[in-house]
This record gives sequence, structure tokens and C-alpha cells, in this order.
Amino acid sequence: MSEFLQHLVNMLVLGGTYALLGIGLTLIFGIMNVVNFTHGVLYTFGAYIMFIVVHQLGLNFFLALPVAVLAGWLLGAAIELTLLRPLRGSDIDTTMLVMIGAWIAMQSGALWIWGGVAKSVATPFPEAPLVLGPVSVSWLRLFVLAAAAFLILVTYLLINRTRLGRAMRATFQDHDTASLMGVNVDLIYTSTFAIGSSLAAAAGALLGPVYVIFPQMGDLAAVKAFAIVILGGLGNITGAVIGGFILALAEELGAGYVSSGYRDAMGFVIIIAVLIFKPTGLFARSERVG
Amino acid sequence: MTRALGLVPAVALAAALFAGAAAAQTIKIGVNEPLTGAFAASGTYVVNGAKIAADEINAKGGILGKKIELVIEDNKSNPTEAAAVAEKLITSDKVPVLMGAWGSSLTLAVMPKLIEYETPMVVETSSSGKITTTGNPFIFRISPPSAVEAAAFKGIVDKLALKKVDFLVINNDWGRGTAEDFSKMMKDKGISIGLVETMDQGAQDMSAQLSKIKSSDSETVIVTTAVDQLTLIFKQAAALGLKKRIITTGGSQNPDQIIAQAGAAANGTMHLTTFLPWFPDKTPNPEATSYFIAEWKKRGFEFAGCTESFRGYDGIRTVAAAIEKAGKAEPAAIKAAFWDIKLKGLNGDIVFRKSGPEGKESGQSQPNVYLIEINEGKVEMKTL
Repeated sequence: MSEFLQHLVNMLVLGGTYALLGIGLTLIFGIMNVVNFTHGVLYTFGAYIMFIVVHQLGLNFFLALPVAVLAGWLLGAAIELTLLRPLRGSDIDTTMLVMIGAWIAMQSGALWIWGGVAKSVATPFPEAPLVLGPVSVSWLRLFVLAAAAFLILVTYLLINRTRLGRAMRATFQDHDTASLMGVNVDLIYTSTFAIGSSLAAAAGALLGPVYVIFPQMGDLAAVKAFAIVILGGLGNITGAVIGGFILALAEELGAGYVSSGYRDAMGFVIIIAVLIFKPTGLFARSERVG
Repeated sequence: MTRALGLVPAVALAAALFAGAAAAQTIKIGVNEPLTGAFAASGTYVVNGAKIAADEINAKGGILGKKIELVIEDNKSNPTEAAAVAEKLITSDKVPVLMGAWGSSLTLAVMPKLIEYETPMVVETSSSGKITTTGNPFIFRISPPSAVEAAAFKGIVDKLALKKVDFLVINNDWGRGTAEDFSKMMKDKGISIGLVETMDQGAQDMSAQLSKIKSSDSETVIVTTAVDQLTLIFKQAAALGLKKRIITTGGSQNPDQIIAQAGAAANGTMHLTTFLPWFPDKTPNPEATSYFIAEWKKRGFEFAGCTESFRGYDGIRTVAAAIEKAGKAEPAAIKAAFWDIKLKGLNGDIVFRKSGPEGKESGQSQPNVYLIEINEGKVEMKTL
């Protein structure tokens, strides 16, 4: 029983970060319809920003987080302006190939700048965990969970409760009509991609200190993000959050009670099942965007 | 314009000829190591150790009157890449001998290429038993197979009063081989085996496996993986309040890095290593060990890397000794010469004995294995 409780706590902590990874991608892949292969690199980028700010500039850990979010936003905006804008309206294969190229180029850039050896980030949290009866959890991971919940809430409100959010939903539902209604469509494309990118960078900045930072860290994260988005239904923020927790639960219980060797396979078994029985995802949107 | 264009190929040809002539002045040694991916830290240490050996040999005038040149390639911690890199080194760079490929799965992937191109390779790190027992006569291993580690550990099992152990091992030939060899030895000793948990080489979150181990009724966990994953395991075990004795195997732990990153959680942990950089006087070759450690520090590398980098140093010196003995830098002659060399490694004499099926034996040297314990943030040696 105590083992099961510990698995549940682990699931909560892991699920929060998966949800954060998922919503960033669901904005870009689900709403914008761009198969964003750079999502993992943006995640890596956020983690390295954290490392630079804390260890090379010697600044505060908590200050590093907003810096990483901002840097992710800027890099995302730059990718949209230079790579995606000229390709808007071209077919999905072209965009996909360009994004794969960007992914490889950026990952190699990270390798060139920072080298292949993993780096770790020191945190201000105590080493001793918080112990609650049979379960224990590190303070750092609790902080990560809280920060992830905060970012998810902000994103949700942004999409559903603000003018920008409404303009975003309108643009990706019907690009021409939105434009006729006076929405600055170019600006919406750039900001949506930038927001999605900043969420990926935030996830990297939060998880970098939990794990270790290396140039390929984003690959597995990106695969999981795609899985979460497919699980939750394209473009559905609530779906991505729930999808994140389902994936974490499948991995935890799969590794705990079935076989740890297949931990990363568990999530994908669920996805295959979802694609067979409910191909639009567990929480598919019908027409509505967001 | 036409004349200028005509000149380009001529210049290129001249440059190529010149480069070819320059290359013939050196003896190339192929180095196939993971410089990116899951084993980047370990592979980079090995390469830096290899460079120290090459510089030392070249400073003394090289071998057979020529300088040696390391052709270093990254196998990306990926078996497919390791095989491709070996092929590239042999066919395109024309190296007569290789050193590699760090991980057991990486080395096993390279092995068919060695037979295909009849080129020998010194295996400096891999510990899977399969490498020297499947009948590949081009393999010469200087690292201990996991069965040798298990045998060395046998002596201390009673002292530690082990009753039941769990395993947490990397899910590849190295980890699974270690779990097999250690389980066998322990069962013979009457110790019961509990859980055998695995993790993917790229996995970053081992909380699920550790939670399961936390709830088991064993008192000891044997952990086998490389340093990056080990530091994560130590941190995550501490976060879960796992209070069992942890013993690591494989010699890729870099105990100083564990002390630095896991802090108090590292106290009381034990590690099977194949080198003793903390106690140069207790190594089989104190003078060479001191030289190597001084050179390592002089180059500004972290001391923690010594337990890994010495393999690269010994590996290249082994290759150089064989080339010297062969009298020429050709694969067949070097392969034959490996059987006749005897040199003082940092971890005992390097002499190859036959291992594997008759007629196509691999070479296996018998290095020492040590057990160390981390106590109050300091490394202590335990007698095996």
C-alpha cells in the first residue's frame, strides 16, 4: 500500500511536468497545425538558459525561470518569423521538413556550444525530502509541480479569457474571416508559436535542475509531448493536461507493477489503443478551437 | 576564367597528395567512443586519457620512428552508430587498429565489422561476458568482465553479511550481464535475490523503480550504470527516503562526482572500481599512476574523471606496444603481436590470455578490481 501511495505521488509530480510539455505543443501542433519538431530543442534551450543564468552569470535560481521563459519566447518568435512565415500556405510536408532541419541544426548548435557532457544545476532547495508518513517527495519537485500548475493556469486563462486568446482561436478556426474581422493574423501566428515555445522552454528550465542537462535531452521529451497531445486530442488544453497525467500514471504503474524495462513503452501502448478506438484523442474538439 | 577553373582541380590534387604524404608519416589509431548521448561524460574521459598516452608516446619519439595519430570518432552512445563509425575508421581513415567502444552493446555492435575487415580492437571499458566468449579473434580486452568483478566481490560478501539483494541495472548487455553474473555468484553464497529492475540508458526518472525497491524486504541494492544516471539515482533515492545499502559495479561511477552531486546521500555507499587514483601507492604501478594523475590535473580536467580516463590511457599504450612489437602498422601483424606483449598498466600487468571457443579465441587481460566505500564524503579502500 505504501508503495502504491509513493507511485501516486511520483505520478502527480511527473504528470505536472508532462502536462506543461503537452500544452506548449498542443498550441502549435494542435491549433496552428505545425508539426513542431523543434519543441524538444526549445525544451533543451530552456534548460541551458537555466544553467547559464545560475552558473555562468551567478544569478538567483528563481530569477532564472522568467529569463528562460522570455528567451524561449524570443527564440520561438524568431523561428516563426524566419522559417514558418515564408512557408505559410505551403503544404504540411514542406513545413515538416524545414522543422526537422531546424531541430537538427539547433541540437548540433547546442552540442557545439555546450559540449556533449551533461551539466547539472544547483538549486536552493534542501536535500532532505518532505516526508509524509510512508511517502516522501523532494522540495524541488514540489516546487516544479506548483510552477507547472501556475503556468498551465495562466495559459488556460490566456486562451479562454483574453482578447488575444479569442483572436488566436478565431485565426486558426478561419484564417480569412478572422482577418476580415480586423485580427492581425501575422501577429497571431507569431505570438502563438512564441507562447508555445516559451512553455517548452519553461518545462526545460524546471526539469533541467531535477535531472541533468545535455543536448539530446529534448528528444525523449518531444516524443512524450507528441504522445500527450495525441492522447488528449489536438488543440485541447484540458486534454493535454489530463493526457500528461495519464501518461505519467501509465509509466509509474507500468514500471512499478509490470516491468521497468518497458517503462517508456507503456505510454505508447496506451496511445496505440487510443488511436485504434478513439482516433481523434480522448478529448477531441469538434469544431471549436481552444 | 577557364584557366582559373582548370587550376582548381590541380591544386586540390596536389593538396590531396600532400595530405596523403603527411598522413603516411604517422601511424593512425582509431578511437570509437561515445562523446554525445547517454555516455558522453564517460566517453569523453576515456578520450582525454587516450590523448595523454598519445602525447606521452609522441614526446618520446613515437613508435617505429613515426608519431601516432588518434582518429577520434563519436559513436553517439548508439550501437548502430558505433558499427558505422568502426567501418568509417577502417575503410576511409585506413586505421590498422581500433580502441573502443566503451559500452558493451556498443562493442558488440562493432564486433562483426572487425571480422569483416580483419582489424583488431582493444576493448578498454566494456564488461559483458559475451564480448570475449563468442569467438571473435580480433577482440583484446583490458577491462574486467562482470564475472571477474563478481568473483572479486565474492570474498567480501560474508563480511557485509548480505542476506537479500535487489538489482537496478541499465537495460543493455552491460547491465543485464552484470545482474546475471552477480546473481549467480550470490546464489552460490546462499544470498537470496529479490527484485531485478532495469532502466533505459537514456532514462532520467527512476523514481518508479526506486519506489518499488524502497518497499522490498532486501537490505542491499546493486546498481549498475554510468555516472550520469548514477548521480540521478542517488538524488532520486535520497528524495524517496530509500535507506538501503547501495553498491555500484562497472567502474564507471566516478565516486568523486557522486560525492559532489549526491552529498550526504553518498555516505555509506560502496563501489567496485578498477582503478585507485586516491591511493597511487596502492596501485600496481605507482610511478605511472602518479604521472598520469599529475598530467590529468595539469590539463585542467576534473579529478573525478580519473577512474574512467585511465582506461583510455592504458588502451592506447596497449595498442602502441602491439604496433611496436609487430614492427609494422598492419592489422594482421598487430593482431598477432597482441598475444606477445606484456606491459605495466595502471591497473596491473596487461597480458592477454585466450578466452572463448578454440581456434578463434579473444584476448582477455586480468586487471585488478577494488572495492571502495564513501565515508563522510571521503573515499576509503576496503579489502576484498
